[in-house]
Amino acid sequence: MIKTDILIIGAGPTGLFTVFEAGLLKLKCHLIDALPQPGGQCSELYPKKPIYDIPGFPEILADDLTKNLLEQCKQFEPGFTLGERAETIEKQEDGSFIVTTNKGTKHQAPVVAIAGGLGSFEPRKPLIDNIASFEDKGVEYMIKDPEIYRNKRVVIAGGGDSALDWSIFLSDVASEVTLIHRRNEFRGHLDSVEKVQELKNKGKINLVTPAEVINIVGHHKVEAVVVSQAEHIEREFEIDCDHFIPLFGLSPKLGPIANWGLEIEKNAIKVNNALDYQTNIPGIFAIGDVNTYPGKLKLILCGFHEATLMCQAAYQIINPGKKYVMKYTTVSGVDGFDGTRKEAPKAVVKAIN
Amino acid sequence: MEQDINIKITDREGVTHNIVAPTDMAMNLMEVVRSYELAPEGTIGICGGMAMCASCQCYVLSNTELPEMQDDEEAMLSEAFYVKDNSRLGCQIQMTPEMEGLEVELAPES
Repeated sequence: MIKTDILIIGAGPTGLFTVFEAGLLKLKCHLIDALPQPGGQCSELYPKKPIYDIPGFPEILADDLTKNLLEQCKQFEPGFTLGERAETIEKQEDGSFIVTTNKGTKHQAPVVAIAGGLGSFEPRKPLIDNIASFEDKGVEYMIKDPEIYRNKRVVIAGGGDSALDWSIFLSDVASEVTLIHRRNEFRGHLDSVEKVQELKNKGKINLVTPAEVINIVGHHKVEAVVVSQAEHIEREFEIDCDHFIPLFGLSPKLGPIANWGLEIEKNAIKVNNALDYQTNIPGIFAIGDVNTYPGKLKLILCGFHEATLMCQAAYQIINPGKKYVMKYTTVSGVDGFDGTRKEAPKAVVKAIN
Repeated sequence: MEQDINIKITDREGVTHNIVAPTDMAMNLMEVVRSYELAPEGTIGICGGMAMCASCQCYVLSNTELPEMQDDEEAMLSEAFYVKDNSRLGCQIQMTPEMEGLEVELAPES
């Protein structure tokens, strides 16, 4: 059981900044995120795109914002459960909550802050009638352990970076790699596109374009895929394979959080914005893009503000009745849980003769 | 207002809405749909309008002359589902006076 003061669901910008604000109040945080890396949308959807409305940064790349937020909060030693989705929540008799992920990891905290953005990123599944019956029987929408493809015949579908990168990677692992895409053009980093071209020329990747997988064949496991190719004349044929990996990107879904008994409106969680961004369940807060209230704007800068006020309310729940006044970091410095201290240099007091 | 245009948008339930859209606020079709709440929040414009998610895919029903498709829109549509010959991404269609009379239908959520 992982125990912490504030359990944050979602490691995007709002969740990461919560760690800093909580740390100033000597509260420890642990974050859960379905993605394998922190940063949320900033790292998954648009890492190399600039953002122009972060106060104090006329222009910053989404990736750099994530890096800065991690650097800003690192002395408060946040814990991370990455690549796992928060699945269930149970209120305990002592008022705390136990949140369990889809992989069974349990977390306990007196305060839960949902900073889940638009939801957890789920793979987009192609519209193939019988695909569901082959899931985990040769069809995988995400590659978790590349070793399972060793010496196997693999078909990958998709035209973006992940399809290109995994085709390159698996060309050294699998016995056979086929990459299928609806167009001849691929959208990816130039290096990846060129590398796939090189591997195709060497015969290490079998490229089938413009084409798409329209059916799966097999008894209880994938044995082949049916491909429709539309070059010059349309034709259909089968490719024998052990695995079919469709990589069509990820789309966010509110997911299991929708069943936690929280008041939901417009695919977002209703909160009390006059006070502390608490939900209808005391002890559970929702901050950032995942919440809604009159006049809500889904902006990173609004998430930062919400996180800051939420932490003050969390302090009251965790330390009932204990006095505290908000302090300026410039005045009091920042004392990390790792023993580090940041502080403003003292003014020089010296006579001028 | 003279800079407004009239367009028709059929939502995912099949209901057609007559919409008045401003042309002077740098809005695109996806944003018009959101401002009129013709699709639930969180099901359209997920990437914010970067042609990176296809949640604003629509089918163009009128003969309106549209801005030419850029590479990123074409690439995204080649990976999207329910794509037809008249598919476009709403986020890539700016509301200009030339869009007067535009008729579109929102593609299913995917």
